[in-house]
Amino acid sequence: MQQSIQRVPPPPRGSIYNEMHHADQSVRSHYAAYAAWLADKPLEYLLQKQREADTLYTRLGITFAVYGDETGVERSIPFDIIPRILRPEAWTIINEGTCQRVRALNAFLKDIYHGQDILRAGLVPREHVLGNNLYRPEMRGFDVPGGVYIHIAGIDIVMTGADEFFVLEDNLRTPSGVSYMLENRKMMMRLIPELFARMAVAPIDHYPDVLLDNLRALAPAGVMNPTVTVLTPGPYNSAYFEHAFLAQQMGVELVEGQDLFVAGDVVYMRTTRGPQRVDVIYRRIDDDFLDPLAFRADSVLGVPGLFAAYRAGNVTLANAIGTGVADDKSIYTFVPEMIRFYLGEKPILSNVPTYRLAHADDCKYVLEHLHELVVKEVQGSGGYGMLVGPAATRDEIAAYRQRIIADPAQFIAQPTLALSACPTFCASGIAPRHVDLRPYVLSGKQVTLVPGGLTRVALREGSLIVNSSQGGGTKDTWVLEA
Amino acid sequence: MLSRVANNLYWMSRHIERAENTARLLDVTYRMSLLPYRILEPGQSWAEPWALPLVINGIATAYYERYPGPLSADNVLRYMLLDTANPSSIYSCIQSARENARTARGTITSEMYEDINAFWLELRDRDFDGLRARGLSGFFDWVKTRSHQFRGVTFGTSLRDEGYRFIRLGTFIERADNTARLLDVKYHTLLPSVAEVGGAVDYYQWSALLRSLSAFDSYRKVYRDVIAPMRVAELLVLRDDVPRSLHACMNEIYEILRELCDPGSREAERLAGEIHAHLHYGRTEHIIGQGLHEYLMSFLDKLSALNEEIDRHFLVPVYASATAAAPAGARH
Repeated sequence: MQQSIQRVPPPPRGSIYNEMHHADQSVRSHYAAYAAWLADKPLEYLLQKQREADTLYTRLGITFAVYGDETGVERSIPFDIIPRILRPEAWTIINEGTCQRVRALNAFLKDIYHGQDILRAGLVPREHVLGNNLYRPEMRGFDVPGGVYIHIAGIDIVMTGADEFFVLEDNLRTPSGVSYMLENRKMMMRLIPELFARMAVAPIDHYPDVLLDNLRALAPAGVMNPTVTVLTPGPYNSAYFEHAFLAQQMGVELVEGQDLFVAGDVVYMRTTRGPQRVDVIYRRIDDDFLDPLAFRADSVLGVPGLFAAYRAGNVTLANAIGTGVADDKSIYTFVPEMIRFYLGEKPILSNVPTYRLAHADDCKYVLEHLHELVVKEVQGSGGYGMLVGPAATRDEIAAYRQRIIADPAQFIAQPTLALSACPTFCASGIAPRHVDLRPYVLSGKQVTLVPGGLTRVALREGSLIVNSSQGGGTKDTWVLEA
Repeated sequence: MLSRVANNLYWMSRHIERAENTARLLDVTYRMSLLPYRILEPGQSWAEPWALPLVINGIATAYYERYPGPLSADNVLRYMLLDTANPSSIYSCIQSARENARTARGTITSEMYEDINAFWLELRDRDFDGLRARGLSGFFDWVKTRSHQFRGVTFGTSLRDEGYRFIRLGTFIERADNTARLLDVKYHTLLPSVAEVGGAVDYYQWSALLRSLSAFDSYRKVYRDVIAPMRVAELLVLRDDVPRSLHACMNEIYEILRELCDPGSREAERLAGEIHAHLHYGRTEHIIGQGLHEYLMSFLDKLSALNEEIDRHFLVPVYASATAAAPAGARH
């Protein structure tokens, strides 16, 4: 059962896949039209466009809050004006691969909250699932509307060669960033509209419509004209802009916990015309804080009685409660198995080989190779608390070693991948920087995604950390139409 | 719409209107202070022009705690422009308005958010000494222009829905409140000098009051005559074609509430209708007979009762949410 792990050595220098240029510096064909446009643009022109973009983002208030930053509550995410361009063939792989993954993960969630076939088959260790603090025993035997647990998934993918992809992680709770995907496109169309006339870029702005259709389709049975809301922790949450953005784009109310109340297992919102019934909640609040009566009693963000209303089948929550157990980094390693088990298919996208430090063998190997590995907390997210071996100092490695020894099961490790690089506008001109991609997979009656995603770029030379909370930026992502 | 969102929209426009009114008042006070000036009633420092913004906003005590000693123009300006410790300063009002807009940004148009956010970002980078060095009048004009601009963006981009009505409601309630207070304090200060009607200082005092309410040119057009206190009162209370008069504000408020009210909230509509009728059918002689001060105080009391009713019914409603049964009147 234990997968044998290929010991992948760190990438040799110079083997990094440049998405725009061949090794001989000639331009790859899918970047040709862009390169032709760029050829006669002086750096000052780009600089002026970049400044325009920065000003607009600040003025539009497209911001996020940084936790642990004393200087101010909001910041704009740096936006890079050079788009990332993907070939139609590459997109086909990403599209089919991520949809396949989400179908399998959804089947996994349904299974572990019902018959637990996969545990009985011995494919996933029982304690990894049932002993996980993100597993919600309260969800056992409950049939979620339409059988959909993961309405919105953000699958983080890196590219290491022309058609070579690895999934870094699956975000199945409340993945964020889609507003940047949409705003980045609007920004590019505002700044450099002529490029869209020259190139066939697949549109993405129907994302909110698809999302709303899905949410409405999964309303509790019998509701003819469902009322959908987006539930936010409030204006001080780091992703508040996005919550408001999505509510506005879908034309639904953005609610806080205080706007909702439950009476007779039915959820209502307080409106200027009295109480109004709510049928579907796209919640951007973690399970723990949703309902002080069912989960954390000290939560002031949630709605007392919400879980009872959910269990009574009177309201749909998206995503469902208890999805966190499937995006736990120790469960991640089993996703290829799930695809084979539930779908009988061959995984289209590969996992990054992952060492689980709960295993003594893996732990020993990782401790000996900390300087060449990436080590993450099993339940961490946002790039916090991770160690990038090749970039870390001797002291950082020593300190991290102590943390691992204290509780190895809390960590996984992966080889440092040779992330692809895209040309990026920086102080010294245009230079390659490492990127990843987060496409957003939507599940309703079908599993689909709009052709694009959020490209995150590590703005520091050589850096592999693309998280916005760690100084990463974003790019518009263009999928060329076939 | 959500009560919390309606409340934020309502306060967003109140805060902007308040900032604009403060800018107007400080602007004329500042201009007047450049003229020869004498204290009319020694000892009554509340009647000093520079005390007006403090008295009108009810923050004189807070001001003296922060700036002990004799009232100084410089300190009042410091306190009313950018002081973060003063919730009624232009800075605090715009900060609050922007915070209200941010909380309600799913409801307002992106143009509106962009506009109020730019207003805030530009204001945030100013400092008092820099403002004074470049000339305060330019700053006051800028605040007024930004306020006009925001109203224009709202008018030009907003769906004419409930949210729009709460935004407009906030604007006119704040404006009516401000006009009544300004008129009361100013009229009281100026009245003892009736004997001097026609004098240069008196002329400037009255014209300053009219200018601070953008009613100076209107006065000229309507009366084609010298400025007389009774006419000033008539213009700013009873005439409904002067956009900052009480009557004009109540026209808007009454109309908006008629559109907003449903059978459960008729009391707000009735209260507004009552205040409106008093202005609509009122006569100058009756006001002067009752005493302008008494008249204005009674107006402010009724406006405050109306405000409470709006709060209770629309903006911060309380239901018995703990009941097990579905609440009465719930809609799907």
